[in-house]
Amino acid sequence: MLLGRVTGQVVSTLKHKTYAGRSLMIVQPLVPGGPGATDALVPDGDPVLAVDHAQSGPGDLVLVLSEGNGIRQLLGEKVLPIRRLIVGVVDAVDLPGCAA
Amino acid sequence: MFLGRVIGTVVATRKYEGLEGVRLLVVQPVTALGDDKGAPLVAADTTQAGPGELVHLVTSREAALAMPETFVPVDAAIVGIVDAVNHDPRLAQARIQAQTQVTR
Repeated sequence: MLLGRVTGQVVSTLKHKTYAGRSLMIVQPLVPGGPGATDALVPDGDPVLAVDHAQSGPGDLVLVLSEGNGIRQLLGEKVLPIRRLIVGVVDAVDLPGCAA
Repeated sequence: MFLGRVIGTVVATRKYEGLEGVRLLVVQPVTALGDDKGAPLVAADTTQAGPGELVHLVTSREAALAMPETFVPVDAAIVGIVDAVNHDPRLAQARIQAQTQVTR
């Protein structure tokens, strides 16, 4: 599971049939910034793609499930080529000791 | 799951049974901003993508699940041709407190 911020969306018409009706979002992974950082959560690496399952939108802080088997169980599919799924929109993260 | 640009094709006549008719393309991974990232790789295609097109891929076990035959030796598969990428990198820098102020 990773925390990230939705920074955008990928639009594609021609896609694998299992992606039909699913939104593909761009998510910037975030990690705790630590005591010296300006923000509690700071970007970590390049943005990744994740399929949305929580009606998230750009700007939302989200929880991403990044395990294929868990996703297949969650969505009740046996064959599903999806590796990252947005499973929640985060309201707050409490990180005592990290920057405000 | 990441974005890539198709930069070439691979022709393999003799291949694992179950991969007959599956196209193999050379893909350069790119960031959400379109910059090259890392080394090109060979990916199986499920979408009839062509050279120059922006695509999205899935890797590891899930790549084989995208194939018509799901137990095949494939670890990267193209699962969509990208029409548009809407990406605002500034959103990643948004402070966590601003979360509740974001409107959809």
